[in-house]
Amino acid sequence: MERIPILKMGELLLVTIQVDMHDRLAMALQDDLTERIVKDRAKGVLIDISALDIVDSFIGRMISSTASMARILDARTVLVGMQPAVAITLVELGLKLEGVRTALNVERGIELLRRPG
Amino acid sequence: MSRETTGNLANVLLDNQQQLLDGWMEGMLSRTVRRDRVIESEMREQAERFLPLVAQAAAKGGSYEISAEAWGDVLSLLREISQARLRQGFSPTETASFVFSLKEPLFRLLRVKMANDPIALAEETAQTGTLFDKLGLFTIDEHLKGREQVILRQQQELMELSTPVVQLWKDILAVPLIGTLDSARTQIVMENLLQKIIDTGAAIAIVDITGVPTVDTLVAQHLLKTVAAARLMGADCIISGIRPQIAQTIVHLGVNLEDVITKATLAAALQVALKRTGSSVMHAQHG
Repeated sequence: MERIPILKMGELLLVTIQVDMHDRLAMALQDDLTERIVKDRAKGVLIDISALDIVDSFIGRMISSTASMARILDARTVLVGMQPAVAITLVELGLKLEGVRTALNVERGIELLRRPG
Repeated sequence: MSRETTGNLANVLLDNQQQLLDGWMEGMLSRTVRRDRVIESEMREQAERFLPLVAQAAAKGGSYEISAEAWGDVLSLLREISQARLRQGFSPTETASFVFSLKEPLFRLLRVKMANDPIALAEETAQTGTLFDKLGLFTIDEHLKGREQVILRQQQELMELSTPVVQLWKDILAVPLIGTLDSARTQIVMENLLQKIIDTGAAIAIVDITGVPTVDTLVAQHLLKTVAAARLMGADCIISGIRPQIAQTIVHLGVNLEDVITKATLAAALQVALKRTGSSVMHAQHG
């Protein structure tokens, strides 16, 4: 079964989503991620969606719930690299992803997570 | 001989083209205010193309309905003429009189040719009159369509002109909005802003609404959408330039701007933005 790789960068975990999401892949990602947060004692999670041209309500919800799970395990989540067209579509859909922090790219995301607070 | 067909008209048109053309030109020139050689020769050329086409259509079509297929060529020529005249700055009346002034010489000819059958003549005159009225109205329609296209193009140009995104400082963008915000403009503002955020890597965008005359619930919603989209891209938004009346309206309307940083002036917004990005500006002390 295909899986989305999770890379460890010091205290942070980097997840790059490059393929179309579906239920089972999303479940697998959430399983893997929560496990890795605990195992690696990660303090932050970066979810990179710069390769996605289309983000529908399903992926939007998946990202929100993943961020909530990480928060419970005391890791902050930053969503990075959203394309302008995706941002406009999500806003038109009424999905504002409240509670998820965002950054322009991975570099900015790391800066944000290293900052205290 | 059926009175519903264009046989008579076709015959008259085919047999007397030169005579008609001269009468027509005379009528046209007496009506046009502006007279110069170029326009005159152009008119003659257009008239020379128009007459045979009408004669053909009348001979072929056998109907006074200009929506019939036989009139297609005539209509496309008229369309071309109206558009050419629109560009030259003719009024709709002048454009339409191109067609209408053919009526007089044509009726004169019909009167001569059909003098022995007054009833048929009356019928033919009425039908031909209606036909040319329709053709004239068609040119006016085309003229107006041309104008609408010009207006549409100007609207688009205005739209692009009125939504600049400027870089104020390193990592700080400003969007000075001028004029009413509707959904089409919001879309363009959003697209421009988000693209600029990517291009410059800006962390903060200041949306200045000093030039927005009124803020109602719809405009506020559009503003909040823009803010939300910028946030999804990882840039914070500050709304500045809120006039006292607008602050009152926003509260009376129950619009929630609590989640957005709002400032009264662009200067105040810039101060916040500078602080956030870790820059500062100082007054130089001159001794």
